Amino acid sequence: MSSEVKNVVVQRNTKASRVSAVVFVPVILVLLSVPHWGSRGMISMLIEFFFYLGVSQMWNLLGGYGGLVSIGQHAYIGLGGYMLFLLTIVLNIHPLLAILGAGVICAIISIPVAGLVFRLQGAYQAIGTWVIAEVFELIFYKVTILGGGSGKSLPVPVAEAVNIPPIGRDGVLYLAALILCALVNFGAYLILCSRGGLAVKAVRDNEGAARSCGIDNVRLKLVLFVASALGTGLLGAVIYLDEFYISPTAAFDINWTCYMIFIVVIGGIGTLEGPIIGTIVFFVLRQYLSDLGSWYLIILGMLAIVIMLKMPEGIWGTICDRFDIHIFPTRRRLVFGKGEGVEV
Amino acid sequence: MNAVLDTIIQGILLGALYGLFAAGLSLVFGIMRLVNIAHGDFIVFGAFMALLVQKLLHIESPFTALIVLVPLMFVLGYLLQRAIFNPALGGTFLRPILVTFGLSVIIENGLLEGFSADSQKLQAGQFAIQSIPLPRGLAVGLFPLTMLAVCFIVIAVLQWLMYRTKLGRTFRATSDDQMTAGLMGVNWRNLFGIATGITMATVAIAGVFMGIRAGFDPSTGPDQLIFAFEAVIIGGLGSLWGTMLGGILLGVAQSIGARISADDMILAGHVMFLVVLMVRPNGLFPKRGD
Repeated sequence: MSSEVKNVVVQRNTKASRVSAVVFVPVILVLLSVPHWGSRGMISMLIEFFFYLGVSQMWNLLGGYGGLVSIGQHAYIGLGGYMLFLLTIVLNIHPLLAILGAGVICAIISIPVAGLVFRLQGAYQAIGTWVIAEVFELIFYKVTILGGGSGKSLPVPVAEAVNIPPIGRDGVLYLAALILCALVNFGAYLILCSRGGLAVKAVRDNEGAARSCGIDNVRLKLVLFVASALGTGLLGAVIYLDEFYISPTAAFDINWTCYMIFIVVIGGIGTLEGPIIGTIVFFVLRQYLSDLGSWYLIILGMLAIVIMLKMPEGIWGTICDRFDIHIFPTRRRLVFGKGEGVEV
Repeated sequence: MNAVLDTIIQGILLGALYGLFAAGLSLVFGIMRLVNIAHGDFIVFGAFMALLVQKLLHIESPFTALIVLVPLMFVLGYLLQRAIFNPALGGTFLRPILVTFGLSVIIENGLLEGFSADSQKLQAGQFAIQSIPLPRGLAVGLFPLTMLAVCFIVIAVLQWLMYRTKLGRTFRATSDDQMTAGLMGVNWRNLFGIATGITMATVAIAGVFMGIRAGFDPSTGPDQLIFAFEAVIIGGLGSLWGTMLGGILLGVAQSIGARISADDMILAGHVMFLVVLMVRPNGLFPKRGD
């Protein structure tokens, strides 16, 4: 036996990932230059694009890898937004710093929340996260300093503080959204490539077997839960710096989570590429179908059902299975000499 | 003292409505572990259908409309289960959640297309506003009292069905071990269809009561859903009487919250729910450990 396994190499990157790593650098450079030449409409669309991509990736990290299906992730979008308002208005912190602060507060608050959520399992957990998000919303109805139920506008000086020449307010917000989206995706990639990430996938695939190998399941899930709250909170803060106005009903709207789930499911749950494809599909559909009003959402709902029933791996998962392409490979594979590898 | 008593009575009556919302959800959740995110939208759909049946058949009372509506909803539930819920079962619990989630969006926006976003109400005439005087100057509405009675009857009928009939025995056997039940000749696809059919029949009743009690529009589904889920989870998986009690506890908590301030009504219900889960993660009367 030992003579046969001599040539085995553990490999993670693939040909596609090496090619795309080279292509990625110019893509990022082009995206960074958009504020200098892009139209206003294009910039604001891209801000939204990065927002949805980032928060969907965070949902995917939790749901697709951590096996924790949350229907309350909008809690951290709203909380991130509200914390931005609190830090800038009440504590006079510069909005760009306040974005980071809002993210950190979300991460801190998610720790006691995890204490409750982790006591629950499966479906109860999903409903539990939803109820917690509702509680967040109801609490902000009572915070009069932030406008209570009628909401609050961002004061002009705060909005002007990010109007930095030469790219102006839109440009700064664009860069903030782009950088955070990239960090969130890269962060998810790093977590999943780490030793802990391997353990997370082991738990997802077979919890009993993973635990019998000595994996500390709860600690891993806590890392994912807090990381997801941090990323979602950061992006929530950016989107509300862009929106000017916050109210509990809009900030804690369950539709945020609906869209995250659609994007992840359509793109491919449990793959890092899935949310990217999903966000593109989501925006293309919106571009062409949003004139249809509610029919647009009906079509989106049907698409989600069809994909879940006919290709539960989503668009990217199906492509992966058929053509064996991985752009962000997080799986390790054993390569036997020259032959085909075995994925683990 | 009177105020306390009144708060509790009103809470129990409100809770009966939540129990009614939750009865069907508890059934499908208990039998096939189906987390139906569209349940709230089904209830709102039921109310709209009652409105439609009333209009098309020129029926005066929404209760009479139930004679037509209940069988219709049963058939619809059966077909839905066969067409899209059954194929979603078997994997992780994530798939049914996402499928019913898509369905929820379709129902909500379909109703919006068909009936507009206007708030609607079902008219039950004098019946909806009459009240019965109680000692010590208290009074209860005839309609809420009927709601409590109907909730009790619906739960009792479901309980009888589950524990006293051959169909119920088959339901429970399939719920315990689907494969072995299949080996004994149980056609689970058909059986689950019947379960969702029964659920939709209860949904029709719940929809009519909801529609008489307060205004509704296509977007109100998720509000009903969260209360229904809370009632089921507080009561414990698979326990029908637990579900009714869960609904009543939720109603009483909300009623006490409302007494403190109007803003606190829903919050008090949620907090009570979270506290129950913190103390007993499987609810108050779970039938099994899961």
